[in-house]
Amino acid sequence: MALIKVKNLSKKYINDGVSTPVLHDISFEINKGEFVAIMGPSGSGKSTLMHILSFLDRLSSGTYEFEGKDTKDFDDDYLAVLRNESVGFVFQSFNLLARTTVLDNVKLPLVYSKKKDHDGLAKKALDSVGLSNRLDYFTNQISGGEKQRVAIARALVCNPEVIFADEPTGNLDSKSGSVVMQILQRLNDKGSTIILVTHETDTANYAKRIIRLKDGGIISDEKVSERTIGEIVK
Amino acid sequence: MDYSNLKLVFRSLLARKGRSILTILGIIIGVAGVIIIIALGAGAKSLILGQITKLGSDLISVQPGKSNEKGPPAQVFGIVITTLIKEDAEALRSEVVHAKAVSAVATGSVSVTWGNRTIDTNLISTDSAYPNVISFDMESGQFFGTQQDNVVVLGSSVADLLFLGSDPLGKVIKVKSASQKEAGGVPLRIIGVVAERGASFFQDQDDQIFVPLAIGQQQILGIHYLNSINIKVDASENISRTVEDVERVLMQRHRIQNKVDADFTVRNIADAIDILSVITDALRLFLTSMAGIALIVGGIGILNIMMATVAERTREIGLRKAVGAKKSNILSQFLVEAGVLTLLGGIIGIIFGIIISFLITLLMRYLGYDWAFVVSLSSIALAIVVSILTGVIFGLYPALKASRLNPIDALRYE
Repeated sequence: MALIKVKNLSKKYINDGVSTPVLHDISFEINKGEFVAIMGPSGSGKSTLMHILSFLDRLSSGTYEFEGKDTKDFDDDYLAVLRNESVGFVFQSFNLLARTTVLDNVKLPLVYSKKKDHDGLAKKALDSVGLSNRLDYFTNQISGGEKQRVAIARALVCNPEVIFADEPTGNLDSKSGSVVMQILQRLNDKGSTIILVTHETDTANYAKRIIRLKDGGIISDEKVSERTIGEIVK
Repeated sequence: MDYSNLKLVFRSLLARKGRSILTILGIIIGVAGVIIIIALGAGAKSLILGQITKLGSDLISVQPGKSNEKGPPAQVFGIVITTLIKEDAEALRSEVVHAKAVSAVATGSVSVTWGNRTIDTNLISTDSAYPNVISFDMESGQFFGTQQDNVVVLGSSVADLLFLGSDPLGKVIKVKSASQKEAGGVPLRIIGVVAERGASFFQDQDDQIFVPLAIGQQQILGIHYLNSINIKVDASENISRTVEDVERVLMQRHRIQNKVDADFTVRNIADAIDILSVITDALRLFLTSMAGIALIVGGIGILNIMMATVAERTREIGLRKAVGAKKSNILSQFLVEAGVLTLLGGIIGIIFGIIISFLITLLMRYLGYDWAFVVSLSSIALAIVVSILTGVIFGLYPALKASRLNPIDALRYE
């Protein structure tokens, strides 16, 4: 059974009576343990697709099944539970709480979960991104790369099925960016499903499968190994 | 509510210290107002009740002039009414069955001279029955009897001011009306000094001298009328009957047919309590509504800062929703924040209220009133509940607004 299965997914925004189609007729499946990059130029709808997949937004038509269940029937509170337990987010702009320590930032999702031992879980997550020595730092006292690693620890802390990363290296220098990508790769090696949105080829190359979007539709969906072989043949 | 969440609430309030304090100023004033009003009300009540128990509730007072049932007597407005005379008091003494003691009183302002010292004081011209109606102790000597004239009894502060600690008994002082221009006065021998009585009904009871009625009325004040007749009733259950008897006797004497045309007013202490209650209740209602307005203004301040806070923290709300916060979590977070803010205001207000009530108590005691310092637990509980409620009511709209934000829009908010 696929972890994520979308069929004929469409999304349009309606603003002041004007309908703007963003995604149309998208279908694909993602299995547990995959590392998928969604690529495309700006305006191609890749972020919107990620928001729908990560339960931050709803589709307009088509179906989206998560772990075999149609998400159409989920109410707002259940979507909140899924965002808490089943998915983790890494944003381009980090989105850490100001005036708050690294440890408290990582503990934030636990505030809304039933899990116990918040300190222990948060410290374990920070350890896995190599930030055990920054627990009591405030978020304005650490570098950009460290901020993104805190965000990854926060995404990990509830042990989700999928980690969604929206341009995670977009605000980082190349060195910090590659540290972040190596962490995501290592998580994938340990079995985590990673879905990455990016427009940078370097970043996308960490993934094992790339879905390319253009003007709201899929133009290609290929495994990285296949693509590489294809390019060699060419 | 998670501990780290509560920590965040405090951190976010501390980060905007100045603004938070300004916001809760209205709450502080309102709550301090409530505490002070309740404390003053209780203090005044205990003071008045204390004085009434001292006077005794079995006292009836007749005053000249008709007046509204619940309103103050005409004298309060400076109107002189001359219809009540000594013979009225004598008639009441002989005809009212339950009158244990009756004393006629004529009052005025006088100058008292001894040696080269002169002071102004209040004159009470009355008869020997006065101590039987209004009870007080003598410090030295005694009150005058029926056959004495040319004698005087001093209030304690008059004795102190005039004799500076030396024994006044047997000395002769000169007393003249304050309006009399020429020197001199009626020489009177001091036969007693009243023990200190303190203030009562906002009048210093020690700044007085007592002289026999005939001397005071005719020789000093030059009047023929009385300012009041005080009657002590033999038992409190006979009060209303005695009031009727007094009215009947006086109407007969004054040839008045109809009670509404009466040129006098009969009051008992219970009526006086009622009048005072009406005044204090009205005052309390007025002040409470002032405090209420301060609380509403404070609430609008809370509404304002919470709206600003929600706008400022839109991205944070988006993030919280993205990591699993439900609508109810966001709603409760902002409600708790508003509640904490106003509770803080409430606590500061309570502290200020208690301090100010205490200072007022000190002032009243300094002025000689037997004023009790009363800050009831119920008034503190009320203040706390009201302040939290203000926060929750005025924080509700911003909190609802925050909880309804779409996570994606909130995350994208700049």
